[in-house]
Amino acid sequence: MAKYITRRLIYMVVSLYLIVTATFFLMRLAPGNPFTSEKKLPPEIEAALNEHFGLNDPWYAQYGDYLLRIAQWDFGPSFKYKTRTVNDLISEGFPVSLALGAQAILIALALGLILGIIAALYHNKWQDYGAMIIAVLGISVPSFIMATVLQYFFAIKWGLLPVARWDSFMHTILPSLALAASPMAFIARLTRSSMLEVLANDYIRTAKSKGLSKGVITVKHAIRNALLPVVSYMGPLSAGIITGSFVIERIFGIPGLGSHFVTSISNRDYTVIMGVTVFYSIILLVSILLVDIAYGLIDPRIKIAGGKKGE
Amino acid sequence: MEKILEVKDLSVSFQTYGGEVQAVRNVNFDLYKGETLAIVGESGSGKSVTTQTIMKLIPMPPGKIKSGQILFEGKDIVPLSDKQMEKVRGKEISMIFQDPMTSLNPTMKIGRQIMEGLIKHQNMSTSSAKERAIEMLRLVGIPMPERRVNQYPHEFSGGMRQRAMIAIALAANPKLLIADEPTTALDVTIQAQILELMKDLQSKMNTSIIFITHDLGVVANVADRVAVMYGGQIVETGTVDEIFYDPRHPYTWGLLASMPSLENDDKSELAAIPGTPPDLTNPPKGDAFAARNPYAMQIDFEEEPPLFQISETHFAKTWLLHPDAPAVEPPDAVKRRMRKLSSTFDKPVLVKGGK
Repeated sequence: MAKYITRRLIYMVVSLYLIVTATFFLMRLAPGNPFTSEKKLPPEIEAALNEHFGLNDPWYAQYGDYLLRIAQWDFGPSFKYKTRTVNDLISEGFPVSLALGAQAILIALALGLILGIIAALYHNKWQDYGAMIIAVLGISVPSFIMATVLQYFFAIKWGLLPVARWDSFMHTILPSLALAASPMAFIARLTRSSMLEVLANDYIRTAKSKGLSKGVITVKHAIRNALLPVVSYMGPLSAGIITGSFVIERIFGIPGLGSHFVTSISNRDYTVIMGVTVFYSIILLVSILLVDIAYGLIDPRIKIAGGKKGE
Repeated sequence: MEKILEVKDLSVSFQTYGGEVQAVRNVNFDLYKGETLAIVGESGSGKSVTTQTIMKLIPMPPGKIKSGQILFEGKDIVPLSDKQMEKVRGKEISMIFQDPMTSLNPTMKIGRQIMEGLIKHQNMSTSSAKERAIEMLRLVGIPMPERRVNQYPHEFSGGMRQRAMIAIALAANPKLLIADEPTTALDVTIQAQILELMKDLQSKMNTSIIFITHDLGVVANVADRVAVMYGGQIVETGTVDEIFYDPRHPYTWGLLASMPSLENDDKSELAAIPGTPPDLTNPPKGDAFAARNPYAMQIDFEEEPPLFQISETHFAKTWLLHPDAPAVEPPDAVKRRMRKLSSTFDKPVLVKGGK
């Protein structure tokens, strides 16, 4: 196991290096620079800024310099927010996005699994149709509409929850729900189809022939086998959600990481682009690793510690 | 001898988009304590549906028991609810399925899969159920059961998995074991071992067995009595000797003639029954086998044949046994094996009203 994880960590470093390199050059290929704006800067000021941030150096020097700094977990200063570094932005925004995202994932997973399992157990009955209508709504309604509808009813009309901001637990409920809606719907559909497939298997008939009740068959025989597709979806999903959502964070005025992904690009804020990309990649690679480990725990046929010598 | 199971006039249908498939049509048979009944027939003849209906394992809907009774120890189980059936399945009646590769849960330890039934039906504690599971694995001939009990199905070979299936089925000491082609997916040497094992366990536990197969070699090996199914009906039933040495139904003749034998010289071709099984959405009017039957007479296409009794235990559903029918010769391969059995009546007797 330790050996497997070490090997995976080495692969992760290689992937990160490739991601950093690709982002670095793609970013430079895009026209404009961090100081391009509608009001043109006087040339001497722009030259001074370029000099200050090292943008006048040859590309290989900038590239090498950047790699060195990233290796020390230093993403450099932001080009737009003059007084803050990229590290500051991430360490301020990420805990908020993480808390919001984790809540949303829990909601999505719990409700999605329940809906999916109910739909599969009552295949082609009203429970199935009901669950799937919820799922279709969840997938097709965009999150900004979901968010405003939730705000309208829960905050404005009934006054149950705060409209926006990020202060107490009460503030977290609406954004978490809005963020959870579409992954929940997706998980529900995934669970349903995978449960239906599992329930048609011979070993479910065997379980039934032992005289086990429907509940026991579902819990002990079906769910574990139906979980694999959901688990594989959880990897990229969690990485996406815990690094923040631009739309939801904007609507609810949440100081998370999500907005930086979008604004840094329109700002050509080189260091922030690089910083959030690397950060996102790390989270993604780690969640994929966790998914692979979870695979091995769920399905004994998948031996992650495998390799040549593996038991 | 005591009857453990009586199936009376059982009809089972499936509702499909193409219409109602009458998979089982007015089937009657009995099973005695400690006896092995083999049900033979080609694919789609209704043998699996019949036996899965006995455990009520067919999906309902689309499946439906249209008529009939299934008396298990004298009690009809057709009206029982799913909840009530849970007390019958695994405890009174168990089943071994055809494909051991897919019939075991891949993510559950073998031991656990044996223990489940024990914990449910015999209120055993986990530890005593585990001991019993180890004992069962040893009984079905799995070496090192203490270690094997903690392994997953993918760590077992095909034959080992079928042994494990047998251990699961027999763990709670059922009175009736249904084996649905238990050796079809296994290679020949393993087949023989599994059959030997089942016979051995049957004599130890005095279980009654219904053995579904399309392999007549297996039938000769294990069965006391045979029921031949065709088109959702039982067309001939009798003791093994009666079916093998004095078959009366032309379908049984076809089955026997198409069995490869060492006595066949290499010039004679292996016989086959031409044609395909009848469409059970729309069962033929007369004898279901008429269209493929080289001996078919006009009446076979018009009216369903009645049941004739050839001996105390031998019944066949064919017009050929009617006093007015012309005498016909069975195929050579069958004729060669025909013997005069002492129990045979002088003349086939028409059975009035079903059985």
